[in-house]
Amino acid sequence: MKIILNNREEVFESDALTVDEIMKIKRFTFSKIIVKLNNTFIEKEDYDKTSVKEGDNLVVLHLLAGG
Amino acid sequence: MQDYAFLTETNRKQYIMGHNLSELKTKQKTLKSWSYVWHPIERGYNNRTLYINVGTCEIKEKPVSQQMKDKFVGGKGFGLRLLWDATTPTTKWNDPENEIIISPGPIGGITQYSGAGKSLVVTLSPQTDSVMDSNVGGFFGPFLKFSGFDAIELQGKSEKELIIFIDGVNHKIEIFEDPGFAVDSHIMGEELTEYFAEDEKDAKNIGIVSSGAAAEHSLIGMLNFTFWDNKRKMVRLKQAGRGGTGTVFRNKKIKAIVAKIPGVQGNLNNVVDLEKIMTVGRDYAGEMRDLDDKQNQMKKKGTANIVNVMSDYDLLPTHNFKYGTHKDAIKIHSDLLRDKWFTLGINDGCWIGCAMQCAKGADEFELKTGPYKGTKVIVDGPEYESAAGLGSNCGIFDYEPILETNFYCDTYGICTITWGTIVAFIMECYENGIINKEITGGLELNFGNSDASLELIHQLARGEGFGVIAGLGVRKMKQLFAEKYGADPKFLQDIGMENKGLEYSQYVSKESLAQQGGYAMTNKGPQHDEAWLIFMDMVNNQIPTFDYKANALHWFPMFRTWFGLQGLCKIVWNDVTPADNKLEKEPHKIPKHVRNYLAVYEGVTGIKLDEEGLIRQSERVYNFQRIFNIRRGYGLRQHDAQPYRAAGPVTVEEYLSREERYDKQLKEILNIDPQGKSVEEKMAILRKHREDQYEKLLDAVYERRGWTKNGVPKIEHLKNIGMDLPELIEVIKPLQ
Repeated sequence: MKIILNNREEVFESDALTVDEIMKIKRFTFSKIIVKLNNTFIEKEDYDKTSVKEGDNLVVLHLLAGG
Repeated sequence: MQDYAFLTETNRKQYIMGHNLSELKTKQKTLKSWSYVWHPIERGYNNRTLYINVGTCEIKEKPVSQQMKDKFVGGKGFGLRLLWDATTPTTKWNDPENEIIISPGPIGGITQYSGAGKSLVVTLSPQTDSVMDSNVGGFFGPFLKFSGFDAIELQGKSEKELIIFIDGVNHKIEIFEDPGFAVDSHIMGEELTEYFAEDEKDAKNIGIVSSGAAAEHSLIGMLNFTFWDNKRKMVRLKQAGRGGTGTVFRNKKIKAIVAKIPGVQGNLNNVVDLEKIMTVGRDYAGEMRDLDDKQNQMKKKGTANIVNVMSDYDLLPTHNFKYGTHKDAIKIHSDLLRDKWFTLGINDGCWIGCAMQCAKGADEFELKTGPYKGTKVIVDGPEYESAAGLGSNCGIFDYEPILETNFYCDTYGICTITWGTIVAFIMECYENGIINKEITGGLELNFGNSDASLELIHQLARGEGFGVIAGLGVRKMKQLFAEKYGADPKFLQDIGMENKGLEYSQYVSKESLAQQGGYAMTNKGPQHDEAWLIFMDMVNNQIPTFDYKANALHWFPMFRTWFGLQGLCKIVWNDVTPADNKLEKEPHKIPKHVRNYLAVYEGVTGIKLDEEGLIRQSERVYNFQRIFNIRRGYGLRQHDAQPYRAAGPVTVEEYLSREERYDKQLKEILNIDPQGKSVEEKMAILRKHREDQYEKLLDAVYERRGWTKNGVPKIEHLKNIGMDLPELIEVIKPLQ
């Protein structure tokens, strides 16, 4: 499936993935993350229950701005 | 009192072999004693600074004018102003005119909001030949302020080793000859604390600045600032690491500066509205209590919590910044620090009242090498930069040697960030045959050889062998290796991770154009304290255009400069985020914490400030520093150039390691089919593109900052920000 991930086109082999699965594929392991699917906030406890489908717009905002 | 009476048993055994403090007291020879009239701080300011010439023993106080506060605020701003006035464009780092200035800033020293114990060290750097600033925690900065001074200015050069004592109890300054204290900071800190404290309870009232043996033989020496750890009954060390501040200190033959105060009480800054500060301070402490464990675990892992995160995102420097991850990176996962090395459940704040508690320590660490072999010590850290620099960047994936090197860097007075990048560069040169065993005196400096890496730093502390060459830093080694050993200067330029003469700190910036600017466009050299934009740029794709990147490279460096004007720690700003942060319009700026800072500033000074005003304060000082660099013959576009490894793959193996990524970029960004092209051809195309992009970034950022295409602040811009001082206009007028 093809989705928009952080304002870029991204293609995944599967037709449907959960937010949690996408985070694992992308190795988004950082703890301070804001997730929005089609402009709706997704809480961490819902990552594995929320499906992402073809054409969806997923924003995974990493908050570290320090170092 | 018995020597070392209030140290823990372990430490007493360790240090008792050192010096007899009673004997040292009998040898103390005072060169100058100067009394002053103490008065309470007013709204965060003492309104005077302390000047000491260590060559002539002149001591005096200088008034702080309203203009100085308005234009320079404090901290780094005061340091820059004083250094500008004290030096000429041709003053060198080791001239007597050069100064070391330490200043905390108006907020510095409050205990009601976290991270308010920082001070800034400013000097002319032996590495960059220009202005250096380095921020540091520990007790000295606040204690200097509580003793009655907004800054200390050290000028001149002594012939004899000196101790400077700021006696904030009896209100006098003393300079005396060093009666024979140890050189290395972990011992000297204990000795001087014991020497000046009345008893164990008084130890918390002593703050010390010192360096170490390696600073005397190198250009990369740093300064240690102590803080008393009441639970452990020992001094801990925080570092003003970057740019050779410790080298200047030892070149002036200053062994240590000690500040002693009667004690820390609730409102020594005499702030205008303590309740206002306490309200946001309590709220912040609540966030740390409730959220830290789910977020970064700063209280358990310190800043090193991101070692594995950086590896996951291909940002952990490995093998001299060639790669961003490694199969063995799991061996330095931050969980290991939490579970095996760090002591947990203990107060680890480097200043009083800080809820962040990130100054982690590894207790009872038994040293395996060097002059203190066999003794058990506390290792302050490793922080992220030390773990990455001394570890992965040198191909070392084992915390035991990383901790040992961290300890020796600290006590010898060497910056861990600088040392990590230096050793990584040497290792790559060694593996490329640019240098060999004959040149290194038998040290096999391959990536991963921790024994050789440790021996190198011991050599530096002894002033011997190839260690002394390493202590020159990457820029001077590049020159030396080309001139003496026939190395290709272009290759060395590409792989030597320095800009302006300062070594890079420990993040891979290849895939973030904004961070390339965040590093190489800095005023002092590539330290991430001006901007860390990699996630915003590379991962979040929040700043895709040059305009966005330029705005980020304006706002973040200016915002972060402000911490250094005030005496604040930047970690507290963004290493825990409020639960409702996601609802903010610009969540990446952690807006609630920005509002907290505005409240704290108003609470301390009584001056109402908005975000624009905050940025303006920084902008004035930032532009002053840029023009200070220009005054010294630097600070132009050419000086913002970066080594190519910061932007892309230098070697075939680097390209091949990320071939899919780079080929995809050729296709999708440049519309070039990589098929049928050699790796070298593809590398050349990619390089030209990335170098062009960086030049465009410079254009965009300079314009946003109000600078010419050559990176010179425009006179009009200085007028707009209220910084059109005649001495600045004089420098930049011919360059408009």
